[in-house]
Amino acid sequence: MDCVVTGGNVKVLAKAIHSLSRIGDELYVEPQEDGLALRSVNSSRSAYACFLFAPLFFSRYTIPSGHTFRCKIAIKSVQAVFRSLATLEKTVEKCHIELDEQKNHLTFTLHCKHGLMKTHNLSFQDSESLQAVFDKDSYANVFRSHPRLLVDTVVHFPPSLEEVTVSVSDERMWVRNHVEEEAGDSESKAMLTELCLASDEFDHFAVQAHNSVTFCLKELRGLLVFAESTGLPISMYFDEPGSPIVLSVTDSVLEGNFVLATLSDDHNHQVQSTECTLPPPPPDDFMNDDIDAYLIAMDTSIAPGPSATCLSTPPVADSICSKQSAAANHRTRLHSEEEEEEEEEEYETADSGRPPNKKFCSLFFGSVLSPSSQMTTQPVTSQEVLASDSEDDVQ
Amino acid sequence: MKLRGRILDVACLNRFTRVVTTISKLTKVCVLRLTPDNLFFVLSGKVANGGIGMWCELSQANVFDEYQMEGVSSEDNEICLEVTPENLSRALKTVQSAKAVKVKLTKKHCPCLTIAAELPTMSSTSRVVTHDVPVDIVPRRLWHEFKEPSMPDFHVSVYLPPLKTMKNVVDRMKNLSNFLVMEANLIGEMNLKIETDLVSVTTHFKDLGNPPWGDDASQDGGPSHSREPEAMVQARVDIRKLQQFLMGQQVNPSKAMCNIVHERVVHLILLHEDVSLQYFIPAVA
Repeated sequence: MDCVVTGGNVKVLAKAIHSLSRIGDELYVEPQEDGLALRSVNSSRSAYACFLFAPLFFSRYTIPSGHTFRCKIAIKSVQAVFRSLATLEKTVEKCHIELDEQKNHLTFTLHCKHGLMKTHNLSFQDSESLQAVFDKDSYANVFRSHPRLLVDTVVHFPPSLEEVTVSVSDERMWVRNHVEEEAGDSESKAMLTELCLASDEFDHFAVQAHNSVTFCLKELRGLLVFAESTGLPISMYFDEPGSPIVLSVTDSVLEGNFVLATLSDDHNHQVQSTECTLPPPPPDDFMNDDIDAYLIAMDTSIAPGPSATCLSTPPVADSICSKQSAAANHRTRLHSEEEEEEEEEEYETADSGRPPNKKFCSLFFGSVLSPSSQMTTQPVTSQEVLASDSEDDVQ
Repeated sequence: MKLRGRILDVACLNRFTRVVTTISKLTKVCVLRLTPDNLFFVLSGKVANGGIGMWCELSQANVFDEYQMEGVSSEDNEICLEVTPENLSRALKTVQSAKAVKVKLTKKHCPCLTIAAELPTMSSTSRVVTHDVPVDIVPRRLWHEFKEPSMPDFHVSVYLPPLKTMKNVVDRMKNLSNFLVMEANLIGEMNLKIETDLVSVTTHFKDLGNPPWGDDASQDGGPSHSREPEAMVQARVDIRKLQQFLMGQQVNPSKAMCNIVHERVVHLILLHEDVSLQYFIPAVA
């Protein structure tokens, strides 16, 4: 593999790498015929990002002939090559990326002004293919806007905020922070913020299904920074809860896609605004300490219920269905009554010893290169999205 | 109980936001008292708070253009809420560009102070943002804990040196010791001292001036405690508490004073336009 990036594109490449670093720790590099793909995924497989740079982005683009080459590199090492964006802009004239297959090195050579050359030999590991399976063009809801709109929206939420819920109607989009229902726990009453955007703030606003999706905001910020600095409009695609939300930036020579898993439960807006609805008590057979047993149960059971979006697809190489974030310390979400009761997927854990789970069940990784349409057995539930107007005076 | 207010003036909104942000840096939780004329942010000087007391008073008219308040009852016409000022500060900061900000007491999943605003946008419809800040209603039986603290019988009152200078000094002293002695006298001198086994450091401030409190305030502790004007009155305080006070200041006060009750309490008073902030730091042995 032998590619050369010149001029301003070096900075674009650097920015893409920095934004991928917000997702995962490793950069998956795959030179393809249609361009160089740089991908990253987070440890719980609930966030995935891919930048595809077309051959025209490069002043020279040659890929290894014959065999497909794939590798992964620690993203921090690559970031070190492109550390200071300001310096890159001022001094770097071109960047040469070369593969040395014998030594397992990917060599990044920065040709700078005054004849200075900085060479970085980064060792890589062979890797499996990393390709999320999604078909954004089939999604019901599509939006496009200038990145400023999303940046301005996100600023209302604290940087530490994990999840947001986006709900849409024909004319409006609501973005609010997602707070776990913690019945009986009056201590942690989080602040709720809701922003309402009108459809005419977007360049394109097409809603077919009035859905609400909840996803992790943190991982998105990387894309927002990239888009804002390049000025590229951001397109947003989502379908019903459970299937991922995809945000893309495109121009003639590059395409970036950020795919984030969404909560698969139909977290009904009404549930959130109802005061203190106690959830049905969890069945006893679920309350076991053994997290492994729980996982295995998830993987093997072919759930007939509608939430089985992730389980019904044929076995995939790297898929892990449930996002298990022990570190994130989320409480398990409560089922709303009408949903898949037989799937004992989420119940409030009274047992604090067991790491709580959050179910983000919608990213698949296949060994197949071409993205196939994501199978969803979940019926499209059209949801009444109510603006929160439960503004009663305190009596 | 009812509360509805609208802030229309940008400068008022700005000032209110800065006050709330200052409060948020001083304490995690405090009580907000709303009366027909005023707003008070109160931290009662309880042991639970490390003995720190805080009292911040502003007049409602200088914040709200429209203000409707109905208290718990007609005799007790006030509302007393426990709130996390940081949430309020965050909410207010995001609406600085709004034409109008509505503040309402609401009941969502719990009692909330709702901050709602319409933000200007490029398009015809404005963007509506709503922040629900959860609050706890303080029951009437506890209201006595949040009354205005009485001015302690201080021994010396002195104007503070520029807060920024004080902060720089205190920041560096914090590295050396956990306790600091504040002392002042009646001829406008103040010292900040730390003393450890290895080192002692004193910073001297001169010509600060002593505020004229008039006859009703006992400047020198009464006739039985007649002091030499240059005799220092001191109090030893936890340096972190003083540092916290100095760190949070967002506004340059028009008047900043310090009253010291010998070996009992340091009472700091900041005045800026119609906002007054009092902060009590207990002395430690």
